[in-house]
Amino acid sequence: MSFKPVILWTDALVYLLVAVIIVFAWYVRRNEHLRAPWRRVIRSASGMVSLTVLIFFIAVGLLDTVHLRPAVEKSNSANGERIYSVDVLSLFDLIAGPLRTRVEKTYSAPFAAYLYARETVELPDGKQVREFPRLEFGGAHLQDPETQLVADVVRRAGAGGGVGLLLWGVVVASLTTVLARRDGKNFLPALFNIWRGTTEVPWKAICGMLALILLLLGAALALCGYYHIFGTDKVGQDVFYQSLKSIRTGLVIGTLATLMMLPFALFLGIMAGYFRGWVDDVIQYLYTTLSSIPSVLLIAATVLMIQVYIETRTELFDTIAARADLRLLFLCIILGVTSWTGLCRLLRGETLKLREMEYIQAAQAFGVSHWRIVSRHILPNVMHIVLISTVMDFSGLVLAEAVLSYVGVGVDPSTISFGTMINAARLEMAREPMVWWALLAAFGFMFALVLSANLFADAVQNAFDPRVKILPAKAGILPHRRRREESKGKSVSSTVEDSF
Amino acid sequence: MSPLLRIDNLETVLHTGSAPVWAVDGLTLHILKGETFALLGESGCGKSMTALSVMRLLPEAGEIIAGSIRIGEEDLLLLPEAAMRGVRGKRISMIFQEPMLSLNPVMTVGDQIGEVLKRHFNLRGLLAQERILEILNQVGISDASRHMTEYPFQFSGGMKQRIMIAMALAGEPDLLIADEPTTALDVTIQAQVLDLMRDLQQRAGMAILLITHDLAVAAQMAHRVAVMYAGEIVETAMREDFFSGPAHPYSQKLFDSLPGKAKRKQGLRLAAIGGNVPPLSREFVGCRFADRCDHAWELCHEIAPRWSVVASGHQVRCHLFNKDATQGIEGPEFPSRGLEAGVHDLERSEGDESQPSLSSESRISHPCLLSVTGLKVYFPIHKGLMKSTVGYVKAVDDVSLKIQRGKTLALVGESGCGKTTVGKGILQLISPSAGSVRYNGVELVGLERNRLRKMRAEFQLIFQDPYSSLNPRMRIIDIIEEGMNALRIGKDSNAGTAGDQSGVPKGRKVDALLDSVGLPPETKWRYPHEFSGGQRQRIAIARALAVNPKLIICDEPTSALDVSVQAQILNLLKDLQANLKLAYLFITHNISVVEYIADEVAVMYLGRIVERGSVDEVLDNPKHPYTQALLSAVPVIDVESKRQIIRLRGDLSSPANPPTGCHFHPRCPHVMPICRKTYPETSMFSSTHTARCYLYPPEQDPE
Repeated sequence: MSFKPVILWTDALVYLLVAVIIVFAWYVRRNEHLRAPWRRVIRSASGMVSLTVLIFFIAVGLLDTVHLRPAVEKSNSANGERIYSVDVLSLFDLIAGPLRTRVEKTYSAPFAAYLYARETVELPDGKQVREFPRLEFGGAHLQDPETQLVADVVRRAGAGGGVGLLLWGVVVASLTTVLARRDGKNFLPALFNIWRGTTEVPWKAICGMLALILLLLGAALALCGYYHIFGTDKVGQDVFYQSLKSIRTGLVIGTLATLMMLPFALFLGIMAGYFRGWVDDVIQYLYTTLSSIPSVLLIAATVLMIQVYIETRTELFDTIAARADLRLLFLCIILGVTSWTGLCRLLRGETLKLREMEYIQAAQAFGVSHWRIVSRHILPNVMHIVLISTVMDFSGLVLAEAVLSYVGVGVDPSTISFGTMINAARLEMAREPMVWWALLAAFGFMFALVLSANLFADAVQNAFDPRVKILPAKAGILPHRRRREESKGKSVSSTVEDSF
Repeated sequence: MSPLLRIDNLETVLHTGSAPVWAVDGLTLHILKGETFALLGESGCGKSMTALSVMRLLPEAGEIIAGSIRIGEEDLLLLPEAAMRGVRGKRISMIFQEPMLSLNPVMTVGDQIGEVLKRHFNLRGLLAQERILEILNQVGISDASRHMTEYPFQFSGGMKQRIMIAMALAGEPDLLIADEPTTALDVTIQAQVLDLMRDLQQRAGMAILLITHDLAVAAQMAHRVAVMYAGEIVETAMREDFFSGPAHPYSQKLFDSLPGKAKRKQGLRLAAIGGNVPPLSREFVGCRFADRCDHAWELCHEIAPRWSVVASGHQVRCHLFNKDATQGIEGPEFPSRGLEAGVHDLERSEGDESQPSLSSESRISHPCLLSVTGLKVYFPIHKGLMKSTVGYVKAVDDVSLKIQRGKTLALVGESGCGKTTVGKGILQLISPSAGSVRYNGVELVGLERNRLRKMRAEFQLIFQDPYSSLNPRMRIIDIIEEGMNALRIGKDSNAGTAGDQSGVPKGRKVDALLDSVGLPPETKWRYPHEFSGGQRQRIAIARALAVNPKLIICDEPTSALDVSVQAQILNLLKDLQANLKLAYLFITHNISVVEYIADEVAVMYLGRIVERGSVDEVLDNPKHPYTQALLSAVPVIDVESKRQIIRLRGDLSSPANPPTGCHFHPRCPHVMPICRKTYPETSMFSSTHTARCYLYPPEQDPE
């Protein structure tokens, strides 16, 4: 075995979360009343399109979660022990190996073949000139970048995009085959259905999004082997690689902080609503107090404490990654601890309403224990609120991480995240000529992630909120008839456009 | 005389998720000037949609797709929305069912009425003030100048409905649409509001479209009546014709399903209409009522009946009255058949009842299953920062009652009098402040939690609202088994009450329970939302029965249901009582249900029982002025009888601050000085009949 698997704390929690989601999905499949709202999610075009985007983010994030330590080549064979590298790598790092290792000297613009800063170069004849030196890796294959660069980029992007579209064609064809087989139809009518948008699941929108993603992905993959498509940062690292690595940090913060928050919110909220009286008073005072302290201060204090703790006990961590990971974990925990009050308040209110429902009283009349009433009657009936607010909170937490890292109390500086990227790029904004690409890449990726998460959250909320009804289009006969009558010459004073 | 409102062939569709619902399908009616037209029907038959179509205030999903609605000569459906706003409130006004929800809580009532005046008459300032005062006086609000600056929360339900009526009248409309105007009100308040409407109509000469499900209200108010079923009108007639001889089988069934004393005396089961109102999203081929009709034959399922004339002004949409159809003879036969069946029932049930009741009496030492003495439930009123108790809401104040094994005690009273709290106090869902509740000789008050839990199988509860009484996330089987699991019924057989059923496996027991409430066993795998209101109430009954109780507290179990479904549930409760020897504490405000089901009656007013006795004693010969007023306020169908209705002034007082002396004295027509000082003692009229009133000499308690 040439590597040693490493499970960091956040990895373990992510695995746990994935397991929970799989169990939940399996449970939902078995219960019709739970499936119905999810069907509405599946039928919503915006929800499914954003889910398609999210799946790509999640795939990158999950690949980046499987950590391992590769064996060092020159292993000490005398005592038969392998020595593993101190670098903890993820599967994603291995796949994107070239991106990770091809480090330039310093800044370079996207698709550049030259460095962004002048350097003193010694010419073969001993003279020294200050010029923009060629990059070590970006565009290194070109003889004369000035003339060849644009053509080469276009050619490679076209080829990559072509491969992407080809892949898309394969995906759509296999999807159509599956659909056709399921409905017992032929291939062409099934394809036609998708094209017309008459399928129940909005396959047309999904396929459109997929085409866009695969096109971009194909082009990006084809180019990133030869160029730094988003440029490089101060120490010459590829910004594209950093942006992709930031996805995991964002996802971990968004999901794990919610996971940390849920026990507090669920337990305290339902307790307060169900038992009322002094229990309610205590819990209310607790969350009122907590929400009156600025959470940034609380987070800053905790993070600094953790930082000191980690630095004084270096012997506890065998790798830098483990140290960074612990800090990430504590950031999740502290974000969770400071953000449960909103959901707790919602759940308390809902439980106060539910406990007066007659079926709860019927259960009390049967002498059913409090614990069973809470777990069988109240918990299932507040789950939709938990789900909606969890999905809604996700994007807020991703943004919170960015802000905290920007302020300097976020993740470890060695952890790549949107926040650290923005923080590093902020000073360079003042430079002339401006270094804009790091900031733009971080913003772009974060925007795509948060927007798709928000759209998905909207779809989930619409599906689970009983008050929002999906109304089909009306026949619109009345206005027609009125117009017809009017044209017949019946004198109806109508100056205002009808809003009926 | 040309009609004021003429609706022709109106079709209104609700676009819901799956299929469009034809809420109103080809409705035609006309209302004359100054006439009260009652639109009768059960819930979901399209009454309210008709009203909203006339106002063009349909919900977002609703759409009128055909027909015309003319008021005078104007077709409302051709008016643009801006012109329609001039019609609403001016030519047509509407009052809604729920007065609490129809007034804006942050505007004074004067301002709300003023809005109408400003919009339609451009009245402002002093002129408007004067007019508002005038209108408020018209609807019988005393001290109007003070009340017009008050907010809706300062008014009681009846007063709010008066204000709604005042708002509707402010535009001096030609037509008033009243959508179930009194359904949310108590009977004594209902009588006041109906009187007011009748009075105003006579003075202003406006037409009223009265939408109601209550036959008796229609009988009191209407000039003409139309019966609606599944989106169409099936019968129209003058009031006298309709109430003396309803023609359509559906109308007949509605009358038969009304509970009452006469039906009980004859031992008749209530004629429940089988099945449910068909979903309006489906396509109808024949008569819409055919599936539930006793007279239906092939023709009914094939061709939709056209209008047949029974008498002048009395039309019916039924093949029975079509002269071409030969099988019309079957109609008149029916009632006698029904009667016969009823007599058989009577014989059978009487035979059942006499034998075992004797044996059970002899077997059990305590003749009284439940005896409550001096029950008090006070809710403290907290005020201030430290939440110190400043007073008590005396929801239940010194209530004593007894229930015999296998008998029914009805607890009657208006909303807010503490009926439900009595029920919960007995079940120990609310711990009483004082008093004793003895079940079968065991004192329940202050019983420790574990022992009380074992006792809980003995007494169970059925609720009013079948929609909130079942957990929407649980399957029927889980709902029914919950109590069995909690009380370990069917696991250990030491519970003597479980009897022979304790040996039966739980799965089969659920089937048997569902069967006993008339549901097929395969329903146990479904979720509550798949059932109608009546079916849900059956499930709630099955859930209560699962633990083999001896006493069931029924908290208004039928008041959320339609009459035909109410009949099914009352029949079911009666059958179960006969078979299982159940005792019921029947909490209700519906006197006709009391007449039908109760053995004994206790009348409650503001936390106290004012009169108690057997059902015949109390209902035929009420002694307490409140009972008398309550009974006289109940609308009756009998058109001829001109009863003297005792008008009660004002509303129920607040139980937080009850009047001194007799609680009823501010509203009592016979009030004497002594009534204001101390609460009267018990007066006895027979061994069972007692009342607490100074009109009668107090007698020493024989005990």
